[in-house]
Amino acid sequence: MFGVSTQALFGQLLLGLINGSFYALLSLGLAVIFGMLNIINFAHGALYMMGAFCAYFLLNWAGVGYWGALLLAPLIVGAIGVVIERTMLQWLSGLDHLYGLLLTFGLALIIQGLFQNTFGSSGMPYAIPKELTGGQNLGFMFLPNYRAWVVAFSLVICLGTWFIIERTKLGAYLRAATENPGLVRAMGINVPRMITLTYGAGVALAALAGVLAAPINQVRPLMGADLIIIVFAVVVIGGMGSIMGSILTGFLLGLVEGLTKVFYPEASSTVIFVVMTVVLLVKPAGLFGRSA
Amino acid sequence: MTDISKASTVSSSFAPSERIALAAMIIFFALAPLVIYPFFLMNAICFALFACAFNLLIGYVGLLSFGHAMFLGVAGYVSAHTAKVWGVTPEIAVLLSVAASTTLGVIVGSLAIRRQGIYFAMITLALSQMVYFFCVQAPFTHGEDGIQSVPRGKLFGFIDLSNETACYIVVVLVFLAGFLLIHRTISSPFGEILKAIRENEQRAISLGYKTDRYKLMAFVLSASLAGLAGGMKAIMAQNASLTDVHWSMSGEVVLMTLVGGLGTVFGPVVGAFVIVAMQNYLSPYGSWVTVIQGAVFVACVLVFRRGIVGEISHLLGKPL
Amino acid sequence: MKKLHAISWAALLLCASGAAFAQDKNVKIGNLNDMSSLYADLGGPGSTLAAQMAIEDSGLTAKGWKIEVIGADHQNKPDIGSNIARQWYDVDKVDVIVDTPNSGVALAVAAVTKDKNGVFINSGAASSDLTGKACTPNTVHWTYDTYALANTTGKAVVKAGGDSWFFLTADYAFGHALERDTEAVVLANSGKVLGKVRHPLNTSDFSSFLLQAQSSKAKIVGLANAGGDTTNSIKQASEFGITSGGQKLAALLLFITDVHALGLNVAQGLSFTESFYWDMNDQTRAFADRFSKRMKNGAKPSMVQAGVYAGVLHYLKALEALGGNPHDGAKVVAKMKEMPTDDPLFGKGQIRADGRKIHPVYLFEVKKPSESKGPWDYYKLIATTPANEAFRPLAESECPLVKK
Repeated sequence: MFGVSTQALFGQLLLGLINGSFYALLSLGLAVIFGMLNIINFAHGALYMMGAFCAYFLLNWAGVGYWGALLLAPLIVGAIGVVIERTMLQWLSGLDHLYGLLLTFGLALIIQGLFQNTFGSSGMPYAIPKELTGGQNLGFMFLPNYRAWVVAFSLVICLGTWFIIERTKLGAYLRAATENPGLVRAMGINVPRMITLTYGAGVALAALAGVLAAPINQVRPLMGADLIIIVFAVVVIGGMGSIMGSILTGFLLGLVEGLTKVFYPEASSTVIFVVMTVVLLVKPAGLFGRSA
Repeated sequence: MTDISKASTVSSSFAPSERIALAAMIIFFALAPLVIYPFFLMNAICFALFACAFNLLIGYVGLLSFGHAMFLGVAGYVSAHTAKVWGVTPEIAVLLSVAASTTLGVIVGSLAIRRQGIYFAMITLALSQMVYFFCVQAPFTHGEDGIQSVPRGKLFGFIDLSNETACYIVVVLVFLAGFLLIHRTISSPFGEILKAIRENEQRAISLGYKTDRYKLMAFVLSASLAGLAGGMKAIMAQNASLTDVHWSMSGEVVLMTLVGGLGTVFGPVVGAFVIVAMQNYLSPYGSWVTVIQGAVFVACVLVFRRGIVGEISHLLGKPL
Repeated sequence: MKKLHAISWAALLLCASGAAFAQDKNVKIGNLNDMSSLYADLGGPGSTLAAQMAIEDSGLTAKGWKIEVIGADHQNKPDIGSNIARQWYDVDKVDVIVDTPNSGVALAVAAVTKDKNGVFINSGAASSDLTGKACTPNTVHWTYDTYALANTTGKAVVKAGGDSWFFLTADYAFGHALERDTEAVVLANSGKVLGKVRHPLNTSDFSSFLLQAQSSKAKIVGLANAGGDTTNSIKQASEFGITSGGQKLAALLLFITDVHALGLNVAQGLSFTESFYWDMNDQTRAFADRFSKRMKNGAKPSMVQAGVYAGVLHYLKALEALGGNPHDGAKVVAKMKEMPTDDPLFGKGQIRADGRKIHPVYLFEVKKPSESKGPWDYYKLIATTPANEAFRPLAESECPLVKK
C-alpha cells in the first residue's frame, strides 16, 4: 500500500497507540478539570514536566526509584495542584473561561521559566527501570518492554478514572456538583473541597504521564510546552468534559499521527489540527460530547 | 446643535476624557523619540496596532481569537517578500500584505464565526496552526531563517524610509489612521450592533440583524488591521520570521490587550508598550523574562482584571 | 576647551605608537545568545564568561583599556535578535557582537552588523552561509559550520565502512543544509543514501522515524537535527534497539553539553565532529579548569564557548595592533584577517577573506562508561581533519568578498 509494507504499517500503528496513551492520560486530566472546574488548564504541560522532574529528584536526591516515583510524584505534584487551586483558581469561579485559561497560561510560563533558570535547558537523563529494559521482537517490529508497559498502564489508569467518575457514588457527586453546586451542598457535601481535590487529581494524572515519559524523553523544562497545544486539540475533538471521549480520542489521534508519520512526516504535528477543524465544523460538540 | 443631533454624533466621536487621552498619546508619540530609541518605539507602535485590531474582536464583539498571529505573520511575509524580491515600493508592499490578510480573514472568519466561545478560540487556533505549517513549508518564507535584510525603500518613490525620522513619522501616521478607523467603527451604528451581539446574540437575531454577517465583517476588519500592523512591521524592522506566525504570538496579543484593559480604547496601546518594553529591556535576564511575563499574567487575572487603562478609567469614572 | 585640547595632545604624545588619531581605549562586547532555551547550555551565560576571561587574559585592562561585556537573550527569534543588535549598536554603543547560536538569528544579526559597521564574531551558529553567500566584511565565523561537520563526519564514517546512510532530518533550513552537505560528502566518497525522513521541529517521539530508518537497513543513521531533537532521537534509538541491532548513529551536530545530558550509557559509541574538546592538551585543560570553577554548575566549556574566548582574544589583539578602538567594524575585521591567529584553545590558524576561521576539526567518539574516569571525561579522538581540508575551499565559495 503506497509503497509501505503491511508490516511497517502495523509497526507504525502500534507506535501510534503508544503515543496515544500519553495523549489519553494528559487529555483525561484536562477533561476532568474542565468538567468539574470549567477551567481550561493551560498549565497542564508544565505540570506534566514537573512530574518528570519530580521523578528525577526522587531518584537523585532521595534514592527513590521509578516505581516509587510512579506513586509519589503524582501525589507531590497533585499537592502542588491543590495549593494552586486554593490560592488562585478558586477566585475565578463564575468568570469567563478566558480568565482561567490566561491564569494557567501565566502559571505555565512561571513554572517553565523557573525550571529553566535552575536546571538549564538540555535536561537530564532518566534511565528505564531495570525490570523493563529490553524488548520483544514482534516480527514486524521491535517493541521495547517499557513502551508496552506504558500502553498497558495508562489504559488501566484511564479506565479506572472513567469508572470512578461515571460509575461510582463519588463520581455521581462530582458530576452533580458541577451541574448544581447548591443542591449538592444542601446534601451536606463540601463542594469547594471536592473541586480542589478534583483539580489535584487532574494534575496528578499529568504528573503521572510525566513520570511515564521521563525514561523515554529527556527530562527537560520545555518538554510539556508544545505538547499542551496538541493535548488541547485532543480534548476539543473528543468533546470538552467528556471523559470517555478524551480517552478514546487520545488513542485515536495517536494512530492518526502515526499514519501521518509514514505518509507525510513533515505534517505529523499539524494533522491533529486539521482533524480538529473538521470536527469542530461538522460536529461542534466534539466526537463524543453531549451537544452544547 | 439640537439635542437629537448631538445624541447621534456624540457616539461617533471621542468622549472628552478620551480626547484628552488621545491628545496625550499624540504628544507622547511626538516627544518620545527625543528620549527613547525610535526603533523600539516603532516596534511597539506596530504591536499596538496589532493589539487594537485584536481588541476590536474580543473587546467589542466578545470573540476570543487564539490565532491572530496568522494575520500578523502572513502579512509580514507578503510585504517582506514583495519588497525584497519583487522590489515594489513600501506602500505597495503593505497594501499587498493587507490584501493577503484580508483574504485570509475572509476564509478563516467564515469558518470560525459559525462557532461560539471556546470553540471559536479553538477553531482559530487550529487554522492558525495550519497557516504556521504552510509558512514552515513554503520556500519563499525561508523557514526559520526568515526573510532578512528587507529594504525599507522609498515611500511613493521619493520618501526615503531608511531615514529613521521619516520612517517613524510614517509608522505613527499609519498607526493613527488604523486607530481612528477602529474607534470610528466601534462608535458607529455598526459598532452598536456588534456590542448588541456581544451582550445578547439571540436578541440581536430576533431584532432582525443577520449577526453572522456583522461578526464576519468585524473579523475581516480585525484581520486586515492586524495585517496592516504586520506588513508595516516587516518593512520597518526589515525582516519577517516564524515568530510572528507562532501560536505564542497569538497568546502574546491576548496578554497585551489584557494588561492594557480589555474593551478599552487605549488599553491595547498601553498593553503593547508594556509588554514590548518588558521583552526589550529585560532581555539580559534570560528566562526571567518568561517568569516575569507569567507573573504579570497571573497578577492581571487575579488582581487587575480590568487592566491598566481599565483600572484608571474605573478610578476616574470616565471612559478611556 | 583649550585645556581639553592640551590634555588630548599630551595623551597623544604619551602614546608611543605614533597613531595620528586620539586613542580610544573603550570597548563594549555584546554576547547575543540564547539564554533560556535549547542552546543556553552550550552558549548562553557561559559565553559571557568566556568573553570575560578573554578580556582578562588579553592583559589590556592593565594597559589602561576599559572593556566590558553585556549579554542578552535573543530567544531564538530572528526578529528579536536583530532588534537587540540594532539597539546595541545605536544606543548602547556596542562594538562587537559575539557568539549568537541559531543560524536564523545569526544571519539577521550579520545583516544588521554590516549596516551599522560593527563586528560580528560568530561561534555558535552552524550555517555555512555566514561565510558563503551571506558573508559580509564585518563577520568572522569562528568555531565550526555545516560544511565542516558534514565533511569531517561524512568522510570519516564512510571511510570506516559506513557507506550506506539514512537521514533523520529536522524539517527546517538548518536541518536541510546539514543533510544536503553530508549527502554530498557521502556520495563523493562513493557511499550511498538509502532514504531520508523529515520530522517537524521539537518532536518528542522519534520511534516512528527510527523504525523507518531501521527497516531501510542502512548502516548509518545520520541525525541532521539539533538540541532536544538530537538527544531525544539518540535516547529512543537505544531504546528501540537500533544501535544494538548493528546500525550506527552519526549525530551531525552534537555538543558536549548534550552528551552530558544524555549520560554515557545512552551516548556511548556515537561519533560526531567538534573543533574543540577541553581535554586535548595542557592548555585546554588549564582553561577548562578555570572556566568550570566559575560556572554555576561546574560545566566544562563547549566548543562554542571556547570559540567565543578565542574570537574575543583575537579581536582584542587586533585592536591593540591598531593602537586603539577605531569604532570601524570593517577596519577591525580586516586587521583580524591580516593577523595570523594564535590562542591556547585552537592553536595557530588564520581568518580567510570570506570571514571563515580556519583550524583543524576533529571526529570524536563517545567513550563507554567503563572508559570514562568521571564527569566530563567523555570523548576519544578518532580522526583529525587538517585545517586546510576541514572547511569549504575558497574556490567553491559563493562569498562576494572572495576575488576569483
